[in-house]
Amino acid sequence: MADMATYVLTGLGLMFFLAGTVGLIRFPDTFSRLHALTKADNLGLGLTALGIAFQAQSWREIALLVLIWALALLSSGTVAQLVARTALNETDPE
Amino acid sequence: MILFDATLCALIIAVALAIVAGRDSFRAIVFFIVYGLFVSVAWVRLDAVNVALAEAAIGAGLTAVLFLAGIGRLRRAHVQADESVPLHLPAASACTGLTAALGWAWFALPLPDRPGPQLAQAMPQAGVENAVTAVLLNFRAWDTLLESVVLLAALIGVWTLTRDGNWSAPVGLPQHVRPGGVLSGFGRVLPPVGFLVGVYLVYAGTSRPGGAFQGGTVLAAVGLVAAMAGMVRPPRITATGWRVALIIGPLVFLLAGVAGEMLGSGFLTLPVAIAGNAILAIEIALTVSIAVTLAFLVLGPPESDDSGGSAS
Amino acid sequence: MSALDFFALTGAALVGLGSYGLIAIRHLLRQIIAFNLIGSGLFLFFGAAAVRGGDSDPVPQALIITGIVVALSASALAVGLVVAQAEASGHAELPDGDKASDGPDDAENAT
Repeated sequence: MADMATYVLTGLGLMFFLAGTVGLIRFPDTFSRLHALTKADNLGLGLTALGIAFQAQSWREIALLVLIWALALLSSGTVAQLVARTALNETDPE
Repeated sequence: MILFDATLCALIIAVALAIVAGRDSFRAIVFFIVYGLFVSVAWVRLDAVNVALAEAAIGAGLTAVLFLAGIGRLRRAHVQADESVPLHLPAASACTGLTAALGWAWFALPLPDRPGPQLAQAMPQAGVENAVTAVLLNFRAWDTLLESVVLLAALIGVWTLTRDGNWSAPVGLPQHVRPGGVLSGFGRVLPPVGFLVGVYLVYAGTSRPGGAFQGGTVLAAVGLVAAMAGMVRPPRITATGWRVALIIGPLVFLLAGVAGEMLGSGFLTLPVAIAGNAILAIEIALTVSIAVTLAFLVLGPPESDDSGGSAS
Repeated sequence: MSALDFFALTGAALVGLGSYGLIAIRHLLRQIIAFNLIGSGLFLFFGAAAVRGGDSDPVPQALIITGIVVALSASALAVGLVVAQAEASGHAELPDGDKASDGPDDAENAT
């Protein structure tokens, strides 16, 4: 039962990662690529972490997985903002 | 699982090709980060989780930050470079021969003796349960002591590149951070969490994968984030506090070794009764030194603003 | 071919790629990156050898961790030297045989 949940959730997470990667390759400019990357990849990571959490042996491991997801969310959000601002300054000097 | 390993190895080689054959430095560094993360996964597959942590933190993370800082300083000095890589046939054939020789050597290696008996007998006397930490800080402590001194020597080498007038200037260039912006918010939220993660890695290194080097690198990264977000004033290398932090690791390590000699068990040999606590004490001092040394290594020699030019 | 063979051969290929990069690339910073490729390729080779014979051997793993840290120190010093040389000469490459005559002129034009 837990294994089935892991398979389903991790599979869904991988599909979101695939969608984000397709967006990275196919979208025309920096902003839309950032959009695809942050949203799809964060959701993919969350689903994958949730899927792995079903295999955890203790609450400590689940807490660590949540912490990892939160840190990844925080840093990717910050980096996306910084990249977008730099791109905005480069394309729109005024 | 062998399909996973084969795919991973193919990806590693593909990314390495992208690094070597790429079009410019920035691209090479981005691919280098990806490469470092793939190699980290390879280390997990090779049952070496401590090495995976070290590779992810130091190999992929800190080395890439070092290179990015280097590119930033090159651009600030308005250095132009032609970055095309023409195919160099003699080198290509020589390097193919090198790869073939190493591959032949792998299959010709005799099978090693099992590490089992001697190490397993010695482990209960080590004081810690993580075998790699025991080897690093107890059985082969001499290597680690010299390694911490090598770090210091590299830092002194970087500092000798300072121009004469800049010796008391702050390290690293002043950052232009918007107050209330995303980076300053990040610089407020991440350092406490990162500090806890780094300390946990050092403490957990006694029984689980972790250790002084991995934890020290996380702490160095936290310091760098704080500096980049403008939370910390750029340090001056003339300050006594920073210099004490730099040498305290090797110094405590050396003192522990001398204490071992005076207690009768030999230089750098820890008596079994206090081995666990001694290793933890050495690791704490070593972590402080590693964190400060790595952060200073990335920040570079002190430079004043007028030698550079435009804002980054 | 077992999984270990894959990792060891990958390490060997990385050593070859890194050496080629070190020789063929002219830009100094990218030469340092190629040098790091050689280092991590050798570590992979060594790490695969550590698992031969069944259990993973912690002594090579400790040596590899030491090697990773020392490689970073060497790279940091190398980056410092490259930046200093580039600031003094204006180029991020060392002069070739045919460009050697430009050397003294660059030194006079340095800031």
